Amino acid sequence: MSLSSEETPEASGPHLRLPGGPTAGSPAALSPESAASARSSVARETVFTSRGVSVNYGAKRALENVTLEIESNYATAFIGPSGCGKSTFLRCLNRMNDSITGFKIDGDLLYHGHDLYGSGANRVEVRRRIGMVFQKPNPFPKSIYDNVAWAARNLGMKQDLDERVERALRSAALWDEVKDRLKASALGLSGGQQQRLCIARAVAIEPDVVLLDEPASALDPIATAAIEDLITALKSQYTIVIVTHNMQQAMRVADKTAFFSLDESRIGTLIEYETTDKLFSRPGDKRTEAYITGQFG
Amino acid sequence: MSALGNTPGMVPNPMHSLTPSGNLRRRQLTSRLFVTLTVAAAGLAVAVLLILVYYAAKNGASQLSLSFLTAQLPAPGGIVPGGGMGPALVGTAEVILIATIIALPVGVLTAIYLSEFAGRRIGRVLTTALEQMAGVPTILVGVFIFGLVVAHFGQSAIAAGLALAIVEVPLIARASIESLRRVPGTLREAADALGVARWRTILGVILPTAANGIVTATILAVARAAGETAPVLLTCLPVGQGYQLDPRQPVATVPVEILQLLLSGQTSTVDKAWGAAFLLMGLILLVNIGARVWLRRSERKRGV
Repeated sequence: MSLSSEETPEASGPHLRLPGGPTAGSPAALSPESAASARSSVARETVFTSRGVSVNYGAKRALENVTLEIESNYATAFIGPSGCGKSTFLRCLNRMNDSITGFKIDGDLLYHGHDLYGSGANRVEVRRRIGMVFQKPNPFPKSIYDNVAWAARNLGMKQDLDERVERALRSAALWDEVKDRLKASALGLSGGQQQRLCIARAVAIEPDVVLLDEPASALDPIATAAIEDLITALKSQYTIVIVTHNMQQAMRVADKTAFFSLDESRIGTLIEYETTDKLFSRPGDKRTEAYITGQFG
Repeated sequence: MSALGNTPGMVPNPMHSLTPSGNLRRRQLTSRLFVTLTVAAAGLAVAVLLILVYYAAKNGASQLSLSFLTAQLPAPGGIVPGGGMGPALVGTAEVILIATIIALPVGVLTAIYLSEFAGRRIGRVLTTALEQMAGVPTILVGVFIFGLVVAHFGQSAIAAGLALAIVEVPLIARASIESLRRVPGTLREAADALGVARWRTILGVILPTAANGIVTATILAVARAAGETAPVLLTCLPVGQGYQLDPRQPVATVPVEILQLLLSGQTSTVDKAWGAAFLLMGLILLVNIGARVWLRRSERKRGV
């Protein structure tokens, strides 16, 4: 990834990163300066390429024909009414749906050019690079420190573990609140703190992408604002994909927004995918316009 | 609608005072009756336990002394006065230890397989099998181990341990499954999303979260096995009155000793049997309480 600032837009393609290559283990080792230069030079890589992706749960089709590309170091938001498949699609990106019985995916879903569902793709490896934060905070019933350190320890990132934990908690804007009680149970934290802890836990292993599935829906406005600030800060280092039912939230945090909705046969599908500014100011589709102006939802 | 009150089945008159109207009096009565019934049933269950403890204490507490806890077993038939439970206590501990060393991993691993890996159909078959296993009369377990082990190697603490392990496995497994299933799926998702392999998740997150239930299940199984008599009778009858530590030899156990003392039929031996019964009951209670206290403390340390 440190290469990305030197790459020309033409060169940045899905073929750049080899699996298990030297950069794969630490994709997010960007210093703030190089991150800034990466942003200014707009040398973005395509992280996810989705071509005609459809999802079935048993006989029920949940999502149909999603084609889009998600770029690095952007926050990309998925919005849409309930049941439109936005969460389903998000969970496809790190194979969290695999354990659901009857789950079946068709079409091509590529991560840096590698088929996420290909025969060589290992789902544990996929999730190690593509982390996820869930709707409801789900800290482990362990200490604050162990919540952040656990995965790193298991992945063999044992060197300077204390520093790693501190860095993760700092980047989740939680350090100052918990630095004096790292050994205390994570379950004693407030809901907003727990959610930031979950974000710290996700970034502690330095993934490439962080997926957030309605991360603020169970939180009060102040905690929500904290999470949103965090997302804005995190995208300099990580590629962020966030599902939200809150359009204002998408407008505040996302660079690009995908609007999902239900088609005539009530199957979820992608309606429009644009920069956030354009999607909300000049929507290209009547259904998008109807949704963002509050005519249905 | 009358101003006096509300009739059952009618929409209540809002002007009526808020004292019970319509059939509320009858419904309240039914409700109270039901609560009384449940309290009575619960009371009965506890009463049985209290009566048991009372009798064991009344007849047995006077037996307790240091020598009763440590002395060699009484002579058969009660011909010689004296004697205690020392070898039986040690033997029971030894047999239970052997049984639990075998049953705990088998039970917990079975539970992990059933709650984390097994498909629905295999899961159902195995769960039914465990239920059947828990229902097998323990004398049959004794016969089974008698045929399998004792017939070839003779009686021993190991044989009794094996028999009691068979008694313990379904108890540990079934209760462990319950507590593993109570671990929220969101924790598994959280661990999955961190790219941690499943077995690490199970060891690092799921088992510790379920530890409370598993430890409780194990203690209950230990308590149950400590009182089991039939399988031990067939697999481990003590020779002589002294201490025996070699697990390849038959050892004395408290339940078998109680039985033998009762069978002697002398007043002195029956009194000793009461003492031993009281002792066994008290020990099981102590183990239970001790384990719970330890668990509470370790949980606090872990920060739950």
